[in-house]
Amino acid sequence: MRTYLDFEKPIAELEGKVEELRQLAAEDPTMNISDEVAKLELKADNLLRQSYAKLSPWQKTLVARHPNRPHCQDYIDRLIDDFTPLAGDRGFAEDAAIIAGLGKLKGRPVMIIGQEKGNDIESRMRHNFGMARPEGYRKAIRLMNLAEQFRLPVITLIDTPGAYPGIGAEERGQAQAIASSIERSLSLTVPLIAVIIGEGMSGGAIALAAGNDVLMLEHAIYSVISPEGCSSILWRSSDNAEEAAAAMKLTAQELLSLKIIDEIIPEPMGGAHREPAQAIHQAGEEIRKTLAKLEKLSPDELKQGRREKFLAMGRQGLH
Amino acid sequence: MSWLSRVVRPKIQAVLRKRDTGDSLWHKCDACNQMIFHRELSDNLNVCPGCGHHMRIAPKERFDSLFDEAQYETLPTPQVAADPLKFRDQKKYPERLREARHKTGREEAMSVARGKIDALPVTIAIQDFAFMGGSMGMAVGESLVMAAERAVKDQTPLIVFTAAGGARMQEGMLSLMQMARGTIAVQMLRESALPYIVVLTDPTTGGVTASYGMLGDIHIAEPNALIGFAGQRVIEQTIREQLPEGFQRAELLQSQGMVDMVVHRREIRPTLSRILQMLMYDRLQKNPATALPRPAALTQADDMPA
Repeated sequence: MRTYLDFEKPIAELEGKVEELRQLAAEDPTMNISDEVAKLELKADNLLRQSYAKLSPWQKTLVARHPNRPHCQDYIDRLIDDFTPLAGDRGFAEDAAIIAGLGKLKGRPVMIIGQEKGNDIESRMRHNFGMARPEGYRKAIRLMNLAEQFRLPVITLIDTPGAYPGIGAEERGQAQAIASSIERSLSLTVPLIAVIIGEGMSGGAIALAAGNDVLMLEHAIYSVISPEGCSSILWRSSDNAEEAAAAMKLTAQELLSLKIIDEIIPEPMGGAHREPAQAIHQAGEEIRKTLAKLEKLSPDELKQGRREKFLAMGRQGLH
Repeated sequence: MSWLSRVVRPKIQAVLRKRDTGDSLWHKCDACNQMIFHRELSDNLNVCPGCGHHMRIAPKERFDSLFDEAQYETLPTPQVAADPLKFRDQKKYPERLREARHKTGREEAMSVARGKIDALPVTIAIQDFAFMGGSMGMAVGESLVMAAERAVKDQTPLIVFTAAGGARMQEGMLSLMQMARGTIAVQMLRESALPYIVVLTDPTTGGVTASYGMLGDIHIAEPNALIGFAGQRVIEQTIREQLPEGFQRAELLQSQGMVDMVVHRREIRPTLSRILQMLMYDRLQKNPATALPRPAALTQADDMPA
């Protein structure tokens, strides 16, 4: 059963009709429905194309959070061979909000680090909805150290509503963990490719996203704070999330023009949740191309280039 | 109090403040409600003489209290793109900026100055909560990068006094990127083996804590300062319970291993001096020239980084 978003209602109706017709035809083989189905499908297709060509920032927020959108584990399953998960920060705990390990991308061994939100109640609880605690970031730092030592490129998959805001997380230094993760990312002399696959919210996202190249899926969002959070702080009400989403410029298209990200990965028509395999394949191609480009650079060029990219941000091209 | 208000005060008071002279001369402590004479409060660096509560202090007063003979050179605030997102919430962002500038008399939420502490040259950056909650936007990030570059050029330690609610939402992702840019500033100090000291003041939360605020070689906190990542309201809403007494306060953070020491505002200058003399000892032994005052000709603004 497909989950439709609010703005997809008209598409849902058309696709529902097609489904109904098919069922009727199954019961009565004499019925000829092919013309009608073709017409409806074309109409649904056009409608889908039209609405996804001009999604508003808020609609993109909903798409980025779509329950059927492929998550970190889906990317690993499809793109990474011999994936070998590694666990624990060696100080306190294993944090399943961040999945990480060794694996091969088209034969090339890499270190994969990503946030996993989970797909049902049980897995969402286990992964804490993709909200990492300090241990998650410390595990990421530990594995970046490992990658540095053995000259393995690091690929991060970003999909988080933010770092976990809890008492224990604060007590164990959430801020320090994030800060150190950014610092480690920025000092790596191996390639670091960050891919925003769903929602990249706030410090919890940038902790793993200070990459040489930051790629972003067409309908993903990347923001300093969630639209809801921005609304409640600046409008003093949670009712203005839609306005906040537009004001903050959190879409891939806007962030590319601000030079915050480097590349947009196109999604299948109607969003990655419609054709997860295709979306993941496309992302894999882009990651591979980016990696090939970065592997031509020396360790020093990788570190300096990453740093200069971030230092240049906001200095040029803005008015 | 500025020279202007000192000079014109009697007349203005006669005209405007017939009834409430008390407000300008007396200040009520936020914590113990004691009335404190303004002169006594400023002499005590905005710390309540009664209960020791640390109230906020403006960057200028802080600089005055830190540098030898209150002598220092303030570096110009770097120019950054104004309102690149054309951001508007209930007000337009430029309007909020104008108000903050008018209210504080300062350009932005971070001020940088260079001078000496007990004859040791230092670079100090102070974040200003009164300016849009100290929020970290492009100007704050750029000031920090400038301060680090300057410190490296002058071969001085960098001391950053943090105070902020977090990132400046009106600059969207450009403000989140300052977490990375501020971290690069810290790395510049590290790579030159120069001390980077963080003094956490009330309040320091969000993206500031989660970047340069928690990357110091040494962390000093002011008493009872609120220091954390997530805001208290957000945590309460997430876990649906009340927060324990003293949660995210400087003293608790010290016991949790996040800060080295909690230091009374009056003791911060001598503490910094003591620490920096030791951290810079080896460098000064090898190259005593760096400790000497630079010739006046070299301290002109023209050798400022762009």
